Parts: sequence; structure tokens; C-alpha cells
Amino acid sequence: MSITAKIRANQPPARADVVPLRHWGRGVFAVVVAITVVVIVNSLATNPNIEWSIVGDYLFDHNILRGLRKTLEMTVLGTIFATALAVVIAVMRLSPSKIISGTAAAYAFFFRGIPLIVLLILIGNLGLFFKNFTVAIPFTDITFWSRPVRDVMTPFRASVLGLSLAGSGYMSEIVRGGLLAVGRGQHEAAKAIGLTSGRTLRYIVLPQALRVIVPPLGNELIAMLKASAIVSVIAGGDLLTVALGISGRNFRTIEMLIVATIWYLLVIVVLSIGQYFVERKVAER
Amino acid sequence: MTKEPMTDDAMTDPSTADPSTTDSAATPMVTLRGVCKHFGHHQVLYDVDLTVPRGETLCIIGPSGSGKSTMLRCINHLEDISAGQVCVDGNLIGYRLRSDGRLHELHHRRAAEQRLGIGMVFQHFNLFPHMTALENVTLGPIKAKGVAKSEIEPYARQLLERVGLGDKVTAYPSQLSGGQQQRVAIARAMAMRPPLILFDEPTSALDPELVGEVLDVMKDLARTGGITLIVVTHEMGFAREVADRVIFMDAGRIVEEGTPAEVLGDPQHARTRSFLSAVLH
Repeated sequence: MSITAKIRANQPPARADVVPLRHWGRGVFAVVVAITVVVIVNSLATNPNIEWSIVGDYLFDHNILRGLRKTLEMTVLGTIFATALAVVIAVMRLSPSKIISGTAAAYAFFFRGIPLIVLLILIGNLGLFFKNFTVAIPFTDITFWSRPVRDVMTPFRASVLGLSLAGSGYMSEIVRGGLLAVGRGQHEAAKAIGLTSGRTLRYIVLPQALRVIVPPLGNELIAMLKASAIVSVIAGGDLLTVALGISGRNFRTIEMLIVATIWYLLVIVVLSIGQYFVERKVAER
Repeated sequence: MTKEPMTDDAMTDPSTADPSTTDSAATPMVTLRGVCKHFGHHQVLYDVDLTVPRGETLCIIGPSGSGKSTMLRCINHLEDISAGQVCVDGNLIGYRLRSDGRLHELHHRRAAEQRLGIGMVFQHFNLFPHMTALENVTLGPIKAKGVAKSEIEPYARQLLERVGLGDKVTAYPSQLSGGQQQRVAIARAMAMRPPLILFDEPTSALDPELVGEVLDVMKDLARTGGITLIVVTHEMGFAREVADRVIFMDAGRIVEEGTPAEVLGDPQHARTRSFLSAVLH
């Protein structure tokens, strides 16, 4: 058979059906995953050491719900303060003054470098090495305001402060990236119509930087939620603190951890949905 | 289709249309005296002297790297200068003469105030992408000058109408062609009602078929008169047609200046001749 005849013989009829390529590997993978999930669920559900009825009893326990509320408050306050601080630090880092940008760099280095758990223990125990918080003119006797550290630095406030400081170190890098993403031409155009640098930041640079900043900030919010569990080391009163506290009395540690896990995952699902919509809104235009 | 912004009454001779150009007693719009500019060890402007009378349309031509854009950017203090002085409307720009006889750089807030009276149009338009055409035009008057929104909006719409974009008021820059964006940028500069507008190669980043619509708007501006225009450009046809005066710059110096006919038609310097023959061929 000549080549042309071969091609002609291979030619499909005018209306042949199309069969897509079969991906056998995907099918195998799905089966493996399904079996794994069934095994894990089965071993948890039928495990004689886990009392599922206790999980159900405590899921809506009012102490647990109070802890959840504290966790949410800490996360939201921590994110707000951290973001505000991060913007200040990021703007300072971009200052032409070496002193200002150096101060901001040192701040970011310190709070990104120190483990959150260490920072929280330090702040939570501030009363051990400082007696009073004082507003005064240094090296004089003039004092405006003074309170014992133990009264001011409640576990909740210490938690929020620790989360804010640690978060702001990370977020300042995100914000800085966003600010740098706004081109020089935008700064010049704003200057050319007579805007001051403050107004340029507010009306021109930040709104455009937001598009770059918001998606990773959503991740930071979720990271903050998870990091808030660490405040249990200073008895911050959060979800994990409460769950562990209950387990200390009823000795059902795994069950209480499952209760906490369910709530953390639920909140993260809600946050992720919110993040999706915020990202879509910001990405417009 | 874009509208032709030129009107018949705008076609009159600029010298008769604007009385201020004939007023020799008026302070010049722009004066540069002995302006030098260094970037590190690299000097880009050498002792530049320049006087631009009120209402003049001045075109600056020259090879790239000749310092034309830098000189333009010194006029509104986007670049600080290394020596010399720049005056706009009789006011020292970017600096203040103190009793010690030296020039002290102004606080950036004061420099921002000075820019209120100096419009600028950039090569790459630099529209604010998160704002509509109308918001781009009204931002300066509202946020920098403190004009009420209700007061500036009708004027801004009028300006967009004048540059042929009356139907694009609510469009975002990404929805506009390069030529349309540059016309919005011109409207944005005009919204501040400046007596002086600087154009930094306004058509160099445009597709060739879009150059004309931007030049038409600029011609309209030049012929209406009243505003001093300083245009860094490679458009020799535009310079010949609209400029009152043309300056040729090379290697940080003003080499030649005169009417378009003199500089473009009968250049005296060899450097000008070789540049023009390369550009016009």
C-alpha cells in the first residue's frame, strides 16, 4: 500500500464519535484515597478509647463556646492591630531615611525571628520583671499615669498584644511587597497633580497595593486563628485553653481536642469562603 | 469614533488670540538659570538657561539621553537640581532663598503646593488604574486643591468632552486605548487650571495610528492660547505646525533655538542637522 492510500484508509467516516483519553492512574489514586479514608474513619469511629458521645456533649458546651468567642476576638483584634502596625512598618521601611528604615527593619527582624510561644510567655509574665506601667518623662519625677503591670496585662490583652506584634512582623513584608508593586509612574503622577506624600499613599498607593496585599492577608488571618491556640500557654482563655481545662477535669483529652479541632476547622471554612469573596471583589478591574 | 476637538475659532493666530503673549512687561512663565543636574557622577544638564514667555508653545527636541526629559522634570521639581535655579511664574521652584544667601530645599508639602499650578502629561500616561476617567480628572482638584466635588465635576465632564471622551466618563483606564488614556491624562492636567503644562514625550508610547488624536488635542490647547505648553517630543510635524519656538538639546546643553522654520528648516549647527536628517530622512 502506498503512503497516500494508507492515509486514505485511515481517514474517519464523516461523523465518527470521539473517545477521550482514559486516565487509569487517576482512577487508581481515587480508590487508594477512598480506602485510606474509610480505614481512618472506621478506626476513629469504632475506637473503644474515644467516646464520641462526649464530643457531642461538649461541642456546644457554653464554656467551649465562650473560649471560641475569645479565640475569634483575639484573632480579629490581632489581625486588625497587626495590619495597622504592618502598614506603618512597611511605609517606614521604604523611607529614604536610613534611620527610619533601619528601625523598621530591626522591628520586623525581631518579631519575625522570635518564636511566638516565647514572645507570649515573655509578655504574659511581664509582671515578673516590671512592677508598673508608667507614663512619665524619663529621668524626672514627673509622672502622668501609673498602674501595676498585673492589672493592665490580663492574659487576654497579653495574648492580643503577642499575636499583633508577631503578626505585624510578617505582614509588614506582605504590605511592603504590595507598596513596591505600585509603579514609580503612579507616584510621579500623584505628585504632578500636587498631592502630598500622605495623600498619595492614601488615595493612590494603598488602594492599588491592596490588590496584592489582600490575598496573602487572608492566609495571615487563618494563620492568626491557628496561632491563637498557642496562647493556651499563658492561659489566654481561648478555645484550646478551655478545652484543655475541661480535659484536666474529665480526663477525656482526645475528645476535647476533637471538639476544638471541629471548631477550628469550621471557622477556617467560613474564613476561606469570606476570603474567596473578598479576593474576587479586590481583583475587579 | 473620537470627536475632532479642534474648533474653528481656535484656529486663529495664537499671538492675536492671547493678549498676554504680547505683554512684554509680564514676568516670563518659566526661567531656568544655570541649571545643572547630576545623577551620581554622571552629569545630565550643563548650565542650562531658558526663558519661556507666558502663553508660548515650546517644543524641545533632541536625541534620547540629551537631558530634555530631565530638564522638563526639573521645572516641577520631580527632579531636584544640583545647581542653578528654576522659576515658574516668578516663584523659585523647590527651593527658598534664605538670608544666608543659599537655596534651601522646600518641605515636600510646599513643593506639592507649587505643583498645583504646573500640569504634567507623561509618556506612559500614568492614569490611576483604580479610578474612572472622571475620578482621575477630579482627584487633583478635590484632594489637592480642596475644591468641592459638585463644583469640579461639571468642569471635568466638560474637559473630557473637549478631549473627545464625553462618552468615556465612567470607563476605567484598562478599558481605554492608549490614545484615549493620554487624552484623559491631558484632561487631568487641565482640571487643575494650570497656567503651564509640561508634556514629556506624550505620543512616544502610542501606536502610530493613535498619535494623531492626542496631537489634535494638544494643537487645540496650543491654539486656544492662555496656557504655556512645554512639549518634549519627537513629532517634528507637530513642532513645525504648532510650536512658537523650538529648542534642540544635545548632551545636556541647549544647542540651538529659534522658530520652527529656523531650527527645523535651516539648522545652523552640524549636530542639529545630523539629528534632523536622521529623524526626518
